[in-house]
Amino acid sequence: MTLELRVNGTTQRVDSAPDTPLIFVLRNELKLTGAKLGCGLEQCGACAVLVDGEVTLSCVSSVESFEGKNIVTVEGIGASELGRLVQDAFVDATAAQCGYCTSGLVVAVTGLLSAQPNPDRDTVREALAPHLCRCGSHPRVLRAVEIAAGGS
Amino acid sequence: MSLNAYPRIKDWLGVQDNRLVLSSGKVDIGQRISTALIQIAHEELSLPFDRIRVAPVRTGLAPDEGITSGSNSIEQSGRAIRLATATLRAHVVAEAVRKFGGRDADWSLENGALHGPGANAPVDLLSIASELDMSLPVDLDASLREQGVERVRAPMRGMRDLVVGSYKFIHDLDLPGLLHARVVRPPHAKARLLDISQKGRERVAEARLRLVQDGSFLALVGADEWQVIDAAAKLQNACSWSDQDGLDDGDVFSLLTQSNAQRFTIVDSKPSDADIPAELGRVDAQARFERPFTLHGSLAPSAAMAEFSGGLLRVHTHSQGIYALRESMADSLGMSLEDVELTHAPGPGCYGHNGADDAAFEAALIAQEIPDTPILLKWTRADEHAWEPFGTAMAVELGAELDTDGNVSAYSAEAISGTHRGRPRPGPNRAGPARLLANHFRTEPIGPAPAAPNRNRHGGMHRNLDPIYAFADKRLVKNLVDGLPHRTSALRCLGGAVNNFALESFMDELAYAQSRDPVEFRLAHLKDARGIAVLKHLQNLLAERAGEAEALSTGVAYAQYKNAMTRVAVAVEIAVTEEAEIQLERATIVADAGRVIDRAGLEAQLEGGFLQAASWALCEEVTWDRDGITSLDWDSYPVLRFDQVPRIHVHIIDQPNEPAVGAGEAAPGPTLAAIGNALFNATGLRMRRLPLTGDAIRRQALSM
Repeated sequence: MTLELRVNGTTQRVDSAPDTPLIFVLRNELKLTGAKLGCGLEQCGACAVLVDGEVTLSCVSSVESFEGKNIVTVEGIGASELGRLVQDAFVDATAAQCGYCTSGLVVAVTGLLSAQPNPDRDTVREALAPHLCRCGSHPRVLRAVEIAAGGS
Repeated sequence: MSLNAYPRIKDWLGVQDNRLVLSSGKVDIGQRISTALIQIAHEELSLPFDRIRVAPVRTGLAPDEGITSGSNSIEQSGRAIRLATATLRAHVVAEAVRKFGGRDADWSLENGALHGPGANAPVDLLSIASELDMSLPVDLDASLREQGVERVRAPMRGMRDLVVGSYKFIHDLDLPGLLHARVVRPPHAKARLLDISQKGRERVAEARLRLVQDGSFLALVGADEWQVIDAAAKLQNACSWSDQDGLDDGDVFSLLTQSNAQRFTIVDSKPSDADIPAELGRVDAQARFERPFTLHGSLAPSAAMAEFSGGLLRVHTHSQGIYALRESMADSLGMSLEDVELTHAPGPGCYGHNGADDAAFEAALIAQEIPDTPILLKWTRADEHAWEPFGTAMAVELGAELDTDGNVSAYSAEAISGTHRGRPRPGPNRAGPARLLANHFRTEPIGPAPAAPNRNRHGGMHRNLDPIYAFADKRLVKNLVDGLPHRTSALRCLGGAVNNFALESFMDELAYAQSRDPVEFRLAHLKDARGIAVLKHLQNLLAERAGEAEALSTGVAYAQYKNAMTRVAVAVEIAVTEEAEIQLERATIVADAGRVIDRAGLEAQLEGGFLQAASWALCEEVTWDRDGITSLDWDSYPVLRFDQVPRIHVHIIDQPNEPAVGAGEAAPGPTLAAIGNALFNATGLRMRRLPLTGDAIRRQALSM
């Protein structure tokens, strides 16, 4: 059975079983390894992608539930001006230590700023609460959001 | 010491494709050591950052620098690269003088090129270097290059790749024909496999998956990762396991007693064979502080890739110590060292000994059964939560005798815990293999290994047990308890976290009991000038804020990691919610880490240390019952999230003429205490057992 997925602006045919969680299709079949598997339980945010502009976790919901939707992974985030701004802001703020949480956060911040261009600090903290970082790079991520918001 | 074992320039430096290649045995585990090494080479040789690269860390190629741990990377590898590049510079300048004339002082370096008399154009440093004899010794007294005030900072290695999703973690490795693997785990450490149901075996065969079995070690292997995950969960239900008596689910703190322990007197910050010293003559104050089993809780579950081909085993691992792991793996597999090659691949921040080594060995066991095929094994979230070697539960009992001024005249500290030393280092009785998890479950099991005391200065449990304060008289005892319910190993700071939590909470108690200012009370006992400067700097910052933060309660603490490394003073301002939960509002950190090499990296380590300790203090506790670990995910084992993160202000006192010392583990100890001290200030409750959850605070309030 073949499904059609729209990922990063192009339509792709995928052969994975329809109940496969989206992340495995992205990573293994489409070789988009930017989304990270951290828990497989929608508890850590490392697997975030944008689905029709909404920040969405990709580690539980089946690939078939994403048919007909517009998926943007961290690899495609830079196609938008806002996404590129967010990426540059993360680099400027060195907003990572080990970096395993980074792609999920880049996606989440892009999603947040496209909905709310100038969020206050508490709004940002709430919006990023689903995303874990164990190295403690939170202050730098918050700084990156400020930089990106200031530049957009 | 790294340079003793590897004394030649070429052990550390090479020139390839007109770029300088740095060799180091230290690996990136989120602490940015490779960025710092590039910075150091840049400072000594003026080479642009993009002409410096760091070689992969692989057995047989990289210098064996032991384990990447203990905040030692900058002191060891950093010093080696510093002196090797400084030596190389001297030789390059001498060669330029020989070729073109002038004196050493006539030649200057800029952007990787030499400018001097006799040369029409700038001379490329690396083209001269590539003609030199790199087997010359590293000059331990090589003169270091003067650094301008405005130094250019190396960008974090891999940062751009991270934000575009192209940075490759070990989990992202891919090779033609690669198979995915998952381990099917017993319900707990004591359980052993009795049987796999016929139906379970048939399902595996129908799905055309491979089942690898060695005793109670079971793994499923297949091409489709999700199919393997799904089938592994089902196979688990098809297995029956011997129950033994289940896990000991009694109060672990009741096991942490002197009578259960191997005891050592600590003299000169290390265990000695001296008799256990007599109790204090008079005890004016005493308290016991406790911390539960704690996870490393890496964001990515552990993983490894292994391939067994032509008698050679090649493994990619995010282990912190590839040489020690190689030896223990080769021993476990009955292979010779030369036939086992380990290469470091980037993993998540590990904060100590997590599941990385165990995953590497498990991948190797699987690869041996399925030769000529790359095997990518990933642990699940539940695997990591239940099977990584935890940070041990620990207690610290303190006592003090006070003089007529209320200052401490005699001090007693006893630390009591399981081992902090579970890494698979080779040792007597096959200690290395005995510390690899899968060996416990094989047909011919090896281990578990008994706890062996760490006898190094500030090693293991007794790290920072020796107080930084100049108490006239002190008795220090380490109590190592074997046979706790869970396997344990090194977690960031080892015993230093709880020892500092205890001492700095206790100092606060002593100060308040006498209505003395807690910072002044510490200063009255501190003799180290740089430590005093750090505390006074914090005191000044707090004085400036007085009046600004009326509604908040502040707690302070101070520590110098291993009494020899980075000095850190922490102030935490908190509010306590209606639900008795601590809300962190603001943190101020003052640190002296000697000469600053990578300021952003240093700040990040201090912030990260603060936030990890804040998570320990507020949230973290492993839970279990008779049938197994019950804290198996991020809901049942909560950790600090973005909405709990305070504003953090880091102030660094640069000491350009002092050696750079590591800072990765400097902040957590004082952070734990500063939060507890702030809670006392806010509520009058002195909490001596972590974590300080809303539930625990309410319980303590009701019991008063």
